[in-house]
Amino acid sequence: MKSYINARNVIVALVALGLTLLPAYSALTGNIFILTLFTRIVIFALAAASLNLIMGYGGMMSFGHAAYLGIGGYAVGVLAHEGIGSGFIQWPVALALSALYALVIGALSLRTRGVYFIMITLAFAQMAYYIASGLSRYGGDDGLTIYKRSTFGGLIDLSNRVQFYYLCLACLFGGVYLIWRIVNSRFGMVVQGVRSNEQRMQAIGFHANRYRLVCFVISGTICGLAGALLANNTDFISPAGMYWTRSGELMVMVVFGGMGSLFGPVLGTIVFLLLEEVLSQFTEYWALIMGPLLLLIVLFARGGIMGLLGRLSRG
Amino acid sequence: MLVLVEQSLNGLQFGLLLFLLAAGLTLVFGIMDFVNLAHGSLYMMGAYFAATFVAWTNSFVLGILLALGATLLLGIALEFIALRHLYGRDHLDQVLATFGLILFFNDAVRLIWGPAGLSLPLPAWLTVPVQIVPGVFYPAYRLSIIVVALAVAALLYIVVMRTRIGMLIRAGASNREMIGALGINIKLLFTLVFGLGAALAGLAGLMQAPILTVQIGMGENILILAFVIIVIGGIGSIRGAFMAAIFVGMIDTLGRAFLPDLLRTVLSSAAASTAAPALSSMLIYLLMAIVLVVRPEGLFPAAKR
Repeated sequence: MKSYINARNVIVALVALGLTLLPAYSALTGNIFILTLFTRIVIFALAAASLNLIMGYGGMMSFGHAAYLGIGGYAVGVLAHEGIGSGFIQWPVALALSALYALVIGALSLRTRGVYFIMITLAFAQMAYYIASGLSRYGGDDGLTIYKRSTFGGLIDLSNRVQFYYLCLACLFGGVYLIWRIVNSRFGMVVQGVRSNEQRMQAIGFHANRYRLVCFVISGTICGLAGALLANNTDFISPAGMYWTRSGELMVMVVFGGMGSLFGPVLGTIVFLLLEEVLSQFTEYWALIMGPLLLLIVLFARGGIMGLLGRLSRG
Repeated sequence: MLVLVEQSLNGLQFGLLLFLLAAGLTLVFGIMDFVNLAHGSLYMMGAYFAATFVAWTNSFVLGILLALGATLLLGIALEFIALRHLYGRDHLDQVLATFGLILFFNDAVRLIWGPAGLSLPLPAWLTVPVQIVPGVFYPAYRLSIIVVALAVAALLYIVVMRTRIGMLIRAGASNREMIGALGINIKLLFTLVFGLGAALAGLAGLMQAPILTVQIGMGENILILAFVIIVIGGIGSIRGAFMAAIFVGMIDTLGRAFLPDLLRTVLSSAAASTAAPALSSMLIYLLMAIVLVVRPEGLFPAAKR
């Protein structure tokens, strides 16, 4: 029997436990900053996990995932601006719009492969960015302040830091669980099969692109949820949040943690954003260190943190 | 009519500038199969070097020549230190590593030159308007960009198509291993091509510098445009890059110039003036999407490997 107690699983369990107990630590020490920081981290982890679903398991290198963060965020922000504050309306709209956008650009982009796919997803995300810049009613380039977070009829108060944190964490765990179920389902097996040998899957009789497209839409929808959370967290939306560097950062988080591993993107996001935080306290020019570090990781640490832990586990 | 001529020239000038950027990118991509996001950083560095050297030497021409040399050296150093280890790796690895380089260059520039932008003043002899056809005046500087870029494009064509080194470049693009096996120093060739691409990007950056301000991140938007161009033109094809660059430059410039008026005929004036800039920025991406859907390998694909 395979032992489940190895370095990788222990670390994943510890991180999950740590994330769950964080508000208690924050309350005990009175350190509010760490709670706000980790709320942001948890939200980005959800976005990274959704990107990992198509990058790691589906082999689709999307360079436009920030668009969903933007669409989810704008759905919340625009509806709030128009006086519709209920999350029961805002959030389904955010998810539906993200899914719709993913469906349209996925159907077009999936006609291409490899670096062309990277470029076309990037181009579509830039289009979304320019559309957002053109929305002068909603602030255009300057963005839009959200004065009131989504309301859920008294069920949960998003302005309460701890409650909001747990909502984000629940979304993250729910998202990762969903991805786990997808990856291990028949559908997920087909998607992974298409990644490793498309022709063979076609020959067996699977309509490869249809499976890919559905996977792409699921990923986009989960990321749209992350966008809705992010807008509520920052109380602000702007086109800058969906600029292509944001898509790049999401890719970095996934690769940091280990592409194609279930919990890898979560670890990758934690490490990336903590590193950014620590470095930016140490020096204003944190990217001077982060940039070359990224280069070194790509060159020497393939498989990211999860790959490293996996090698450790095997001894 | 006059406006149309002027805007078309602006479009041509912008397109040629884009070509300089895209040519380096497509050469590097076609020959080394390497996606270089940091190409935009070299464009930015060219502009910063030019602004610095022109201020130091008090001579526009000398400063620009120095900046060109500096960008060339920077490109060669970059290839030698970091990028050559990424050839043959996954495209994703290359995208991530060069994304890291963008972060690095942006902050390095902020550290050295400060967060505020620089400006590159033009010498008096380049600011006079030139009469191109009776009654039509056009700024001498923009005209000189067109001339220089056309000359460089012609030179590039001659080098790639008519010289021994160009023959090696083309051979490298169609079969890397084979020309290595024939005893050509492929590493040196790659370094040279990368340096050439860097110099072209630097040239584009420093020529654009007097028109726009020299600032951090200036290379990022235009880099994406250059990628759009090489995807439309067909990756690895210089001819495709040239056609697509002119095309994109024209669409972008003419769209910005005439879309607001065009939209005003169907929309209210306020709605048109807000929708037009977004729409004209989108036009190019729309074009790329259409091209990729209809002809996924680009309009002028390079010969198959």
